[in-house]
Amino acid sequence: MRIIEEAAITRAVQEMAVAAAHHLEPDILDALLAARDRETSPLAKNVLDILLKNADIASREMIPACQDTGICTVFVTLGQEVTVRGDLLAAIQEGVRSGYAEGYLRKSVCDPVTRKNTGTNVPAVIHVEVAPGEEFRIAFLPKGCGSENMSGLKMLPPSSGIPGAMDYIVETVVKAGPNPCPPLVVGVGIGGTFERAAYMAKKVLLRPVGRPSEREDVARIEAEVLARINQAGRGVLGLGGCNTALAVHVETFPTHIASLPVAVNIQCHSHRHKQVVL
Amino acid sequence: MSLLRAPIDFADFKPVTLPLADDAAAELRAGDLIFLTGTLYTGRDQTHRRLCALLDEGRELPVDLRGQLLYYVGPSPPRPGRVIGAAGPTTSYRMDAYTPRLLDLGLKATLGKGARSLPVREAMRQHGAVYFAAFGGAGALLSQCIKAVDLVAFEDAGPEAMFRFEVCDFPAVVINDVAGRDFYEEIAAQKG
Ligand code: SF4
Repeated sequence: MRIIEEAAITRAVQEMAVAAAHHLEPDILDALLAARDRETSPLAKNVLDILLKNADIASREMIPACQDTGICTVFVTLGQEVTVRGDLLAAIQEGVRSGYAEGYLRKSVCDPVTRKNTGTNVPAVIHVEVAPGEEFRIAFLPKGCGSENMSGLKMLPPSSGIPGAMDYIVETVVKAGPNPCPPLVVGVGIGGTFERAAYMAKKVLLRPVGRPSEREDVARIEAEVLARINQAGRGVLGLGGCNTALAVHVETFPTHIASLPVAVNIQCHSHRHKQVVL
Repeated sequence: MSLLRAPIDFADFKPVTLPLADDAAAELRAGDLIFLTGTLYTGRDQTHRRLCALLDEGRELPVDLRGQLLYYVGPSPPRPGRVIGAAGPTTSYRMDAYTPRLLDLGLKATLGKGARSLPVREAMRQHGAVYFAAFGGAGALLSQCIKAVDLVAFEDAGPEAMFRFEVCDFPAVVINDVAGRDFYEEIAAQKG
């Protein structure tokens, strides 16, 4: 049995909250650099330079890369051999609260009915998955809603098949146009149930940008959808060129014989994510 | 100015002074790259809701919007010694429901990201108003173009309060011009 203290969890989440807002991870920076190198439109190339420069300023000057420092989704992998001394969920919320307060991050969470800001950026959305062994991992994904709002979910009939699913993904991204700040990382969940599809679409954003699915048939879907999006899409910030998306990540789960859920979670170029293993 | 020293090609950006004069607005064309310098006001969802509530009640607005530019932004808080945190644009369509009413009052320009609704575009055309897109997700870089910040109204709305900014060489793209052209639509048409 391994013991993890509540305070260590709070500290880890707080550090991730501040770091995520200011320091983009190498995976997204490399993807933006690669996009810049293959970009054909001079304006889009120039805008990609501006976005890379922005990431550089954010990191050096400690100004958030984007003012929308997001609503936070936290994925916890909790090994069955691990005991948390204290309250796991409260420790995470306190990490988010203190990170946003002390890190000068924007508080963007409000009541959905009254629209009153909670003033603390909590609550975060927390998912805990139990795993065998002693692993204890926290993944932190703060997400702005310019991109989140362009996401979608459709319960397709099985007769639509994968071609129908691919059409829906492409259509969702192209319809979003400039709103979600492309170039995008597109998270897709195919199968499962209504909520499982949405969960997969969000969680698959944690995969390093552009790493293909381990399933060959799924990797082919990813590649084809990405090519179609960049063919039809509106380009960097909707200003043209061949980089509407940097990557399409697809996760699947067995589904009901009568069902084909497809969820598309759209992530912007300000793809902030951190992970820690305690 | 740090932006100008950056290895970014800003050669095509032409200077535009705020508040925007009628003839200066009329000269802008969809697709122009511009550097905004001068005074602007900010507002996003809550500010718009409250401005329109004041109008509903027949009360005065906290500022005279005639001739002004409204920037859709909810900045992050400043670190000590700074005037502001990150301050890039938010998505404009959420303001579409309110914008024609503010254009009727003489609002001259808006600055955000993403396309506007047809009623907003029609109202802009009628009033000789223009819409610009700032670079979405470039909040740190744009922060450095904001030289002074004053709170104007709705402090309790937090990041959604209304501020007055002094900006210098704030980069943007003209999306909708006074002739009714729409740059996003033109890009989309090229894509077929
Ligand atoms: S969509 Fe992303 S990059 Fe654009 S404003 Fe929102 S959080 Fe920032």
